[in-house]
Amino acid sequence: MNRMADVADVAIVGAGVVGTAIARTLARYSLDCVLIESASDVGTGTSKANTAILHTGFDAKPGTLESTLLARGSALLRDYASAAGIPVERTGALLVAWTAEQLTALPAIAANAARNGYQAIRPVPAEALYEREPRLGPGALGALEIPGESIICPWTTPLAFATEAVTAGIRLLLNTKVTGATADAGGEVHELTFTTGPEQPPGSLRAPGMPQAQGPPQAQGSSHATGPLMTPGPLQAPGSAEDPGSLQAPGSAEDPGSLQGQGSAQEQSPAQAWGSLQVPGSAQAQDSARTRGSLRARWVINAAGLGSDSVDAMFGGDGFSIRPRRGELIVFDKLARPLLRSILLPVPTARTKGVLVAPTVYGNVLLGPTAEDVDDPGDVSTTATGLSSLLAAGHRILPDLADEEVTATYAGLRAATEHPDYQIYVDAKRRYACVAGIRSTGLSASLGIAEYVVGELAEAGLRLPPRPGGPVPIPEMPYIGEAGPRPYQRVASPQYGEIVCHCERVTRGEIADAMTSVLPPTDVNGVRRRSRAMNGRCQGFYCAAAVSRLFRESQANGIPS
Amino acid sequence: VSRIWDPAAPVDVLIVGGGPAGLAAATELRRLGVGKVLVTDREAELGGIPRHSWHTGYGIRDLHRCMTGPAYARRLVESVRKAGAELRAATTVTSLEPASASGHLPSAEHLASAEHVPMGERVTLGEHMPSSEHLRASEHAPLDGHVAELTSARGRERVLARAVLIATGCRERPRSARLIPGDRPTGVMTTGELQQRVYLNGERLPGRAVVVGAEHVGFSAAVTLAHAGAEVVALVTEQPRHQSYAAFRIGAAIRWHLPVWTSAVVSRITGRGKLDGVEITDTRSGVARFVECGTLVFTADWIPDHELARAAGLDIDPGTRGPAVDTTLRTSAPGIFAAGNVIHAAETADIAALSGRHAATHIAAYLADQASSSPASSAATAHAATRPAHTRPIATTDTRSVQADEPTDITGPAETRPAGTDATLAIHTEAPLSWISPNLIRLPVTSTTTPSGTDSALDTAPPSPPDIAPPLGRFTLRSNEFRTPARLEVRQDGRRLAVSRPMRLIPGRPVHLHARWLANADPTGGPIRVSVAASRSRTGA
Repeated sequence: MNRMADVADVAIVGAGVVGTAIARTLARYSLDCVLIESASDVGTGTSKANTAILHTGFDAKPGTLESTLLARGSALLRDYASAAGIPVERTGALLVAWTAEQLTALPAIAANAARNGYQAIRPVPAEALYEREPRLGPGALGALEIPGESIICPWTTPLAFATEAVTAGIRLLLNTKVTGATADAGGEVHELTFTTGPEQPPGSLRAPGMPQAQGPPQAQGSSHATGPLMTPGPLQAPGSAEDPGSLQAPGSAEDPGSLQGQGSAQEQSPAQAWGSLQVPGSAQAQDSARTRGSLRARWVINAAGLGSDSVDAMFGGDGFSIRPRRGELIVFDKLARPLLRSILLPVPTARTKGVLVAPTVYGNVLLGPTAEDVDDPGDVSTTATGLSSLLAAGHRILPDLADEEVTATYAGLRAATEHPDYQIYVDAKRRYACVAGIRSTGLSASLGIAEYVVGELAEAGLRLPPRPGGPVPIPEMPYIGEAGPRPYQRVASPQYGEIVCHCERVTRGEIADAMTSVLPPTDVNGVRRRSRAMNGRCQGFYCAAAVSRLFRESQANGIPS
Repeated sequence: VSRIWDPAAPVDVLIVGGGPAGLAAATELRRLGVGKVLVTDREAELGGIPRHSWHTGYGIRDLHRCMTGPAYARRLVESVRKAGAELRAATTVTSLEPASASGHLPSAEHLASAEHVPMGERVTLGEHMPSSEHLRASEHAPLDGHVAELTSARGRERVLARAVLIATGCRERPRSARLIPGDRPTGVMTTGELQQRVYLNGERLPGRAVVVGAEHVGFSAAVTLAHAGAEVVALVTEQPRHQSYAAFRIGAAIRWHLPVWTSAVVSRITGRGKLDGVEITDTRSGVARFVECGTLVFTADWIPDHELARAAGLDIDPGTRGPAVDTTLRTSAPGIFAAGNVIHAAETADIAALSGRHAATHIAAYLADQASSSPASSAATAHAATRPAHTRPIATTDTRSVQADEPTDITGPAETRPAGTDATLAIHTEAPLSWISPNLIRLPVTSTTTPSGTDSALDTAPPSPPDIAPPLGRFTLRSNEFRTPARLEVRQDGRRLAVSRPMRLIPGRPVHLHARWLANADPTGGPIRVSVAASRSRTGA
């Protein structure tokens, strides 16, 4: 092991579902890897805001890399999920034709699926369709049944990948934004420059007596001050350092050690004895100041999602540009869940898969997405027109939705490019891999993409020595779905009987578990994604104060183990 | 004489929710001599919303005192303790089903650790129905009552309750349910969250704040914000004027300098990470402007916490969205009652408490009725109507209730409702009225049925029996619009039963309709319709 080496074997830029899947796959070998993420948690970009469907890939374009990796990844993830406790429900999907024209398009869709190797599609006549989905709106003429389509938890998936990777020794650098890349003398090693540190603390809700921010995060055991300070790179546009998806908890930035999962007792604590964080000037600098630093790695993998074109440009690429396509979604109350059994898909158009209605593994009903090209890769805001168009579509598909409460609205950005397929290539000469343009299928394809990329890297010369003692086992994640028993239904110990979030029935024990996990949350939204707390119908009316109090106390206590 | 409750014995009444309605009901049930009353609340402390509502004005109508929310909550809890009901905080009722469906008895092992609460010197139902006899009756299928599953730090327990009161209250619709577009920053919350942060957590909120809504609770939120160090920029309401009482508003305006922006909506929320501000659009001109703020509080727009009611399969009223209740606050399931803001979201705490007290009277009567039935008739009593014991007895034991809220029932219902049965009629509201509570009336069908649709019913209708008066002898309604003056009109099958005196309709404020007209309703007729009467000039009447 060369854990203490100052040059990593591989640096992965981006800890979304694709980056963490690659990290988890590389972690099976004896490699020194670092996973770099600009946000304060893994899986906070496109990975967290999507339709949460585990696609079979039946509707992919045959012959594309996406088609191949989707089919492979979907199968891999299904197995992985059952081993790791990632909630998955095989609800099947019904692709519903509402017009005569759409009805005539169904056989071609089935034929396309067959070319993708998916043979299980069956036509469903209108009468049988209404038998299966009696609450479906009037006017459906027929459907295709895709029995393999499933719903999945988009939060647990990258968390499981990252947990496995970190447990195996991969170092995760959170709040770290890559700003530039240079090849050092001889061209054997890349030097990545980055800025790091928490964003401006929110401070709007600060409990009396809570410690104020003491300064920037301390470089833990910082020992390799290398190279001159870099000026901000191309990604460092003013204001763009804000991670759009990372909603900071009240007080969450107050703990200077919260960066990189402080206190989780990981031997592999990211920057520990390895990173080369440089603290400019006083260590007591303003907490808004971001620290600059650099690290060196022999190989770099660009899995930066919405930022992947900028990272690609650092390596001389100019083959694609990210064209963020925003999708707005509406989540309905759990009381709407009995309205449907399967995922209800529309007949896709050339441009988009259209608006679907699907159950979620948390027992809600999801409606969306819209498809709108936006310029700003950070713009995950919802719009009045987007939400009203979704409601109109939803009420046609499932009229009874109109009587149910909306629990949440959100938007995600698909990392689309001008190309119809994934933009994956490995440049052996420069020891650089680009994994971009994953659009909306990254969750389903992630493990297929990772397997493919690692195979390509091996062919390009990356040595993959077996890990001494073999790969670490697949982690057992807290199960936060509705299909299996919830902790409150077992009450293994008293704290699993104390329900804190009433709408989602999340107990104090589960929040404590999240706080002491391998990847503890760095803000209350991290608690949300690990436990479902505050995700329910009241959106915090009852529990937000209590959850943030538990979060703060847990952090202040240095997270008891 | 005090004795220890047998923890394995069924409870007489399970009250779900320890807010004003549930606590007031518990005290009243004990005062009426009901034996074992168990109140559960999912929060760590009992008392409900008043726990974290620190302004004064609580307790006026029920306790005839004026106090702050926390003082009021403490007093209600203290009353229940003195009355000898069992209180269980931090305990969630995670399911509720009829005992006959469940087939489960409470597990003695689970309940063995239950708190033993000494009981005062009182006549209890236990004397009418010894627990051993009741347990024996319970062995017969189908069982009477309901089985609730309680989840707490003690584990999961199943409790058999002879009657249940759902008093789960209400909450404010959050930003998402109001479909306000924009970013999803921190700093956006409801009044409930705000009050808990400020009064329970002691958090400070420096900086500018905007409050959405100008009902009382909007002013309450503004006062809380001011206490937390925020500068309240404005209260924003889409209504053309505020909806609070003048005294409260003027007091708040002078003390805290609170401007109210009317005919205005928050049309967009801006801020990545934390809130930067909101776009506010004037609904008359369509002009939008950006208002900087770090805190945004959504107030009012109440929705009942009806999830347990729905999970238990109770009929839900489309107007209130809470369980449908008749004037005795009985729901569609025998033995399950509902009171407080789950049936009228939201009234003030004292009104909720009086609602709970009203339900208690009828629950006690229901239990007395049940106790007088023999165990052998348990199957029949599963369908028994609730009837307060102090009223004149209904002649026959055939107490099948008849639902008459479907329009199709209007034709030829007389044959289906023999004398001695009860008829349940739905009360519907017409726009701009949004809901009425209670929303069902249950009337005894007398021996001479009156043809519906004629005014003759006015002469032959029996006097209003006292046992079916709603809480405080009146119905509570809401209007979506300002109307001044307006008269409410009550009709059945086109026949006018009553018309109110002129009143002011204000969105978010209660409108009361006296229940005297109940005497005029025809139990064999169709549903009751309440509307705003056409103005005199237009009808020419």
